[in-house]
Amino acid sequence: KEDNDSNEEDSDSQQNRASRRKNYQRKNRDGKKAGEEGSKQRDRGKKAPTKDQKESENKEKKTTTKGKEGENKQKKDRRNSTSSASSNSSDEESLSEEELAMLMEQVEQKKKLISTMRNKPWRMVKKLSVLREAQAFVEKFEGALGKGKGKKLYAYKMMMAKKWVKFKRDFENFKTQCIPWEMKIKEVESHFGSSVASYFIFLRWMYGVNLVLFGLIFGLVIIPEILMGMPYGSMPRKTVPRAEQATAMDFSVLWDFEGYIKYSALFYGYYNNQRTIGWLKYRLPMAYFMVGISVFGYSLMVVIRSMARNANESTADGDDDNFVFSWKMFTSWDYLIGNAETADNKFASITTSFKESIVDEQESNKDENIHLRRFLRVLANVLIICCLCGSGYLIYFVVKRSQTFSKMQNAGWYERNEVEIVMSLLGMFCPPLFETIAALENYHPRIGLKWQLGRIFALFLGNLYTFLLALMDDVNEKLAEEDVVKNITYWTLLGHHNSSVGNDSTATPPPLDPADVPRGPCWETTVGIEFVRLTVSDILVTFITILVGDFIRACFVRFVNYCWCWDLEAGFPSYAEFDISGNVLGLVFNQGMIWMGSFYAPGLVGINVLRLLTSMYFQCWAVMSSNVPHARVFKASKSNNFYMGLLLLILFLSLLPVAYTIMSLPPSFDCGPFSGKKRMYDVIQETIELDFPLFVAKIFSYVANPGLIIPAILLMVLAIYYLNSVSEAYQRANGELKKKMQMQREEEKNKRNNKTSTNPMLQDLDDLITPSTKTESQPKQAEDKKIESPDRTSPVRKPGKGAVLDGSPMTGGRGAALAPRSHVFVTQPVTPGIWAPYPGQPRPRGPPLGLVPGRGRGQPRY
Amino acid sequence: VCRLHGRYHEMAPNVVPMDYTKDPDVKLPMQLIINMPELKENPFKERIVTSFSEDGEGSLSFNDFVDMFSVLSEMAPRELKAIYAFKIYDFNTDNFICKSDLEQTLNKLTREELTAEEITLVCEKVIEEADMDGDGKLGFADFENMISKAPDFLSTFHIRI
Repeated sequence: KEDNDSNEEDSDSQQNRASRRKNYQRKNRDGKKAGEEGSKQRDRGKKAPTKDQKESENKEKKTTTKGKEGENKQKKDRRNSTSSASSNSSDEESLSEEELAMLMEQVEQKKKLISTMRNKPWRMVKKLSVLREAQAFVEKFEGALGKGKGKKLYAYKMMMAKKWVKFKRDFENFKTQCIPWEMKIKEVESHFGSSVASYFIFLRWMYGVNLVLFGLIFGLVIIPEILMGMPYGSMPRKTVPRAEQATAMDFSVLWDFEGYIKYSALFYGYYNNQRTIGWLKYRLPMAYFMVGISVFGYSLMVVIRSMARNANESTADGDDDNFVFSWKMFTSWDYLIGNAETADNKFASITTSFKESIVDEQESNKDENIHLRRFLRVLANVLIICCLCGSGYLIYFVVKRSQTFSKMQNAGWYERNEVEIVMSLLGMFCPPLFETIAALENYHPRIGLKWQLGRIFALFLGNLYTFLLALMDDVNEKLAEEDVVKNITYWTLLGHHNSSVGNDSTATPPPLDPADVPRGPCWETTVGIEFVRLTVSDILVTFITILVGDFIRACFVRFVNYCWCWDLEAGFPSYAEFDISGNVLGLVFNQGMIWMGSFYAPGLVGINVLRLLTSMYFQCWAVMSSNVPHARVFKASKSNNFYMGLLLLILFLSLLPVAYTIMSLPPSFDCGPFSGKKRMYDVIQETIELDFPLFVAKIFSYVANPGLIIPAILLMVLAIYYLNSVSEAYQRANGELKKKMQMQREEEKNKRNNKTSTNPMLQDLDDLITPSTKTESQPKQAEDKKIESPDRTSPVRKPGKGAVLDGSPMTGGRGAALAPRSHVFVTQPVTPGIWAPYPGQPRPRGPPLGLVPGRGRGQPRY
Repeated sequence: VCRLHGRYHEMAPNVVPMDYTKDPDVKLPMQLIINMPELKENPFKERIVTSFSEDGEGSLSFNDFVDMFSVLSEMAPRELKAIYAFKIYDFNTDNFICKSDLEQTLNKLTREELTAEEITLVCEKVIEEADMDGDGKLGFADFENMISKAPDFLSTFHIRI
């Protein structure tokens, strides 16, 4: 019998062994019910009894020592063997090689079962018991797997692995608990649905990114300068000039970011150009430059990673319009809603959306006046372009005017802040204007929303770039001025030395008080100040808008409603809805400005972090207290990538000006970490030459050779092209496969309409629900189905037979009935020879012959 | 899980024991569960509870309770959610979503604000769109095929607790 055993073991496949083992366990039930399973015993489902069989089997195993051999023998006399005692008999001491391998297989299988337990649609009880059994099995035999001296090490390794897994899980739990504002967002979500909550999730994500950037800048640039650099007042660039010292502490001056703030670590001008500072020999200019670049690099990486993640999750692949009503029915209810008012709104919006779709459906055949619609759309676009141009010119004009104002001595508050005010006002009034003009266009609401977002984006972009151009003019002016000041400074210093030394030219002259040195116009600091001012005014405008537009309005509507003619709540002002798109765009543009300004004003990111933090709390409060849920559902899922795409665009656009100024403008001669150099990026060369060993410099000089860079760029372009075409090919193949699967499935279902399915998923389902009586399929609807649904798939199939496909539906009165199964029909009239090039399609040949009579029934309808 | 047990317990403190090591046989009736704040506004709450309950009557033991919330959580895989969604929308539990099931779903969704012909139109459209095997009702394969392409199924079929 032993020989038989070993022979059979050699020849059997692993799967068979496993299944036989399970069989054995199942059949070997001895009515031994584990106490825990007793009350939960269920009748339905043949898998239910196995759990306590397995439990009992487990217990038996535990009592026997090395019962494996015996069990192997028992496996052979499997069916209906009820001898539980047999498992106790004939235990052998040693484990042979094959049994070891088989045991390892078992353990692996159990492990796999444990890891996929989540996906199985079994009852919780069943899952729990199977899980426990599998775990116990794994635990028991894993330790036994290592032989002899290797055993202890193996068991130890297993234990460490398990501890590691547990640690990772605990860490994940801890991380989930640490996510800030989770409860707050959940509250907003339950009142307003998932779309409004998506804005807050986006806000939270931005906060995270900004926090990292702030940490980078603060830790690597600001702190070293403050701790190890020269203190305030020691150098000209770090001191407030004598002329300004009188007003340096005034609040109005501080508010404009002049005075003491201008000469602080918040701005570019404060930093010294010493190559290394402090006892650490920290290379500050190099650090400043690298941090500036890595800010962009990190942001880019984070945005792209987030986009890729979103793209993976959205699985909708172009079958968009095929299931409109089904999706509406089954996925429109947001299960997260827990508030009665929101639920009411949701019901209303679902009803409205159904009605809209019904009307769409009925109207889709109606022919509107195409020409009128086109004319209106063109008109609307023309109007909007005019608005955009007008706003662009307005900004340019205002910026030019502000330059003349800054020359004036007593400019009032309005004149100084005119630019920012105008830009904010434009941002406030133009979008509603666009919306009203867009009513002419009569688009589907979702498309209309995209147009609206695009237009507002263009508006803000135009504004931003006009602002930048004006700024560039300013900078150029300052650069010209600089030359003049350089000379003045030089001569002043010289004059000072001469006058203080007198006749003795060898003694060191007393240093000139830093406040008295004539100062160059530090254009970088000016740029930084402009950005900071813009950001601050943007923040203020946003907060005030929320306060007035939402809160005051809500108070007004609520309290004045008692004594007003018409119903304020239902009629004109009513409560405000949360403007998701406007807010998101505002956030995106704000971030763009931060990116642009952070190189020249390191403190800007800190300001932004504060702003995002307060904004989160403030907006959560505002939404909960004064907004009402949307009347119309805004689907949050697809738009996520749209916002990320906008963010990416803004990132590139904000990279451009900074890169341009770094590369082409000379830094100021007396302020900033790059002062004295010809170009800012010279700092890299300097570092390489002086700090790295010689060969590194040689390597870099070779690499920077244009002869090497241009081929590299060409190579990358070619790689992009190749990858693009490969991905397109995959997508096409994907589409084809899907269509093929669909067609095959339909044919299968048609053939086996009344037979029970062997789909394992359906079997699981059967276990859970009482089996139903299968109703007969209705041939009429079957025909309908077969004819209509393949309609959508036929145009894509078999491109090689395109000509023939196109021919057949047109000819003859067979009409639509012919089109879907055309690949079937084509074989009939045309010689089977055509099928030869498609050897991979043996299947469809079978059914057509059987289906033709079926078709015959359907045909006369057309 | 401890949180869930806390919630389960607070629904009926007298009945639910704190100690589950002895696996007591405790079930909460449907009425208690339907009144949970997460489920209160849901038009399908009875169906949800029924489809997770072992005895088909709507009483949930703690295991079923945990099961329900785990399937409805963010982490559950799509296929699992599809299976249970099918069960929820199958009102007459005949393993198919037939026209009457659809009508009931629609009525619950719109609180019966649509006219009769609108209802029939919508139901017909749904069957037309999703029924692959042409039997006039949605089998599980049809449903799964349709729902797997839906972009917001995962985000709407989700309860946070």
